[in-house]
Amino acid sequence: MKNTLYLIISFCLLLTACKKDKHNSSQTINGAGASFPFPVYSRWAYDYHQKTGVKINYQSVGSGAGIAQIKKKTVDFGASDKPLKQAELEKSGLIQFPTVMGGVVPVINVSGIKAGELKLDSTILANIFMGKIKFWDDQEIAKINPELSLPHQEINVVRRSDGSGTTWIFTNYLSKVSSAWKEKVGNGKAVKWPVGIGGKGNEGVAANVKKIEGAVGYVEYAYALQAKLNYIQLRNQDGNYVKPEVVSFQAAAANAKWSEAPGFYMVLTNQPGAKSWPITGATFILLYQKQSNPEVAKNILNFFNWTYTNGDEAALKLHYVPMPDSVVKLIRKKWKTIEDLKGNKIWN
Amino acid sequence: MNRRLEKHRIFDNVFKYITIFCALLILVIVLAISIELFLNSLPAIKEFGFSFLWSTDWNPVKEKFGAASSIYGTLVATFIAIIIAVPFSLVIALFLTEIAHPSIATPVGYAIELLAAIPSIIYGMWGVFILAPFMAEHIIPPLQSLFFFLPIFQGKVIGGQGIFTAGVVLAVMILPYLTSIMRDVFNMVSPQLKESAYGVGTTTWEVTRDILIPQGISGIIGGVFLSLGRAIGETMAVTFIIGNSHRFSFEIFREGNTISSTLANEFAEGADNPLFFGVLMELGLILFAITVIMQLLSHFWLKRYGVKT
Repeated sequence: MKNTLYLIISFCLLLTACKKDKHNSSQTINGAGASFPFPVYSRWAYDYHQKTGVKINYQSVGSGAGIAQIKKKTVDFGASDKPLKQAELEKSGLIQFPTVMGGVVPVINVSGIKAGELKLDSTILANIFMGKIKFWDDQEIAKINPELSLPHQEINVVRRSDGSGTTWIFTNYLSKVSSAWKEKVGNGKAVKWPVGIGGKGNEGVAANVKKIEGAVGYVEYAYALQAKLNYIQLRNQDGNYVKPEVVSFQAAAANAKWSEAPGFYMVLTNQPGAKSWPITGATFILLYQKQSNPEVAKNILNFFNWTYTNGDEAALKLHYVPMPDSVVKLIRKKWKTIEDLKGNKIWN
Repeated sequence: MNRRLEKHRIFDNVFKYITIFCALLILVIVLAISIELFLNSLPAIKEFGFSFLWSTDWNPVKEKFGAASSIYGTLVATFIAIIIAVPFSLVIALFLTEIAHPSIATPVGYAIELLAAIPSIIYGMWGVFILAPFMAEHIIPPLQSLFFFLPIFQGKVIGGQGIFTAGVVLAVMILPYLTSIMRDVFNMVSPQLKESAYGVGTTTWEVTRDILIPQGISGIIGGVFLSLGRAIGETMAVTFIIGNSHRFSFEIFREGNTISSTLANEFAEGADNPLFFGVLMELGLILFAITVIMQLLSHFWLKRYGVKT
């Protein structure tokens, strides 16, 4: 193990060393971070490469690693589902902006229950993930699902084993809606889970939920569709039961007042609105405000500019919600604060 | 003639220095790794002290970390693997050396060596998709009811994933190593000794018990420790099936974690936070220490045994 560990580290160093060489060509941009938007980023990168010849290397290593790598300057841009607070951004000289929004979806594997049939509210969801509700035919669940015949099946919680932006969004929601959760578990990319087994990555959780009877987990929406998992309806702040779908993510996003969010620090969980899906989140890009290589920076901005203009269709197809035009306007304005080392603007 | 000798001498010297350099390099690398691990784990050592070793808390949100569940999982999974693999490999090795005809022994031997070449991720996939559901269905429930009086055999199991299942997969993974070592050890036992034993009318089992095992004991134990080393650090396969839970529990069927699975899971997360990174490094240091202790024990054991026989 000790050998493997160091092998991995030295390999990473080697990789980053190689990357630095490639900078000279400036036709390759390197980014790393959140796995949540990986499907749409890789789609965009492919299309953009076809069009312009500029290559975007995006490694979906997780939000925590994305933040760490941009801070260590081993990548050109970082990506995270957990927004950084304004103070932290200023401290490390970074700016952040959102790219797309999406939903985190509780998924279940309960015999006889089909996708979208089961209704849950925030208290029940929190109690399930805290291990307080142990069976699917629990009174609390039965009360709001009178039309379903729930089996007396044990609830098996599946969650992420690795640090994850998806977990951050999910636990952020639970912390907002349940004071017990906030106190005992809290909000983080990795938390002290009271019960359950951990799967690695969205894929790992999806695979376990699919395989284990009585399982409940949470994944990014695209992964739920991909693995054909049974999602649930969740009661939102307005008291309506909503299904996870692009429309309900959009509804949640509609209420966000981005113009009042310093540094685009915006958390979209538990938003008001009749149709709002309560576990919605945005995903972010991290860049240095002072760019030592203006050419690379220009390329990054060109790429994301292209995605805001031309990438909506691809995003929607993958069930992500594109940023509204008003927010994109704010983002482009923010880009004007990016400078090279001499203080010249990179984006006009 | 003289010049040629001179040339040989120089060549010999150069060769000698190269070997010395390479040998020393190993020492330097080992030392460098342990120093590096220690230095990087200082933030965690300062924060938690020795209580890190037995603290069962693991709360990344509140930044409280303890290694107890990881150490327990590592040791128990490895122990289970050894308990299962040693008798099996002993029997297989005996079959190959004493009972089977060469026309069978050779292909079986190759097949076993092939098992060793399978990447660990494949064992992990097999474990998660085939073995874990099978264990949940057919192995764990009967064991739990059979040993109903043993608390460590109880507890709710999710999908068969847990420390015990991880131990079983590890057993399959180290089986080829153990078997080929034992086969080689048995093959080295002097044929005269065996032949004369068979000559005076002993059975195969008696030859095994009284000649093969005592003669080969040092090799067998060496092999056990070697496979222990492999089992203890195995990462990918274990991460797939151990359930990756930091909640401490003595119950061996339940979900848990090992040091290496924790490192694999948390590394991306820990990179962002010096204390968390220190914790992971300290876990690495503990694993390093465990392997060193195992090594020393095996040397000590072999030496003692060597004196006796």
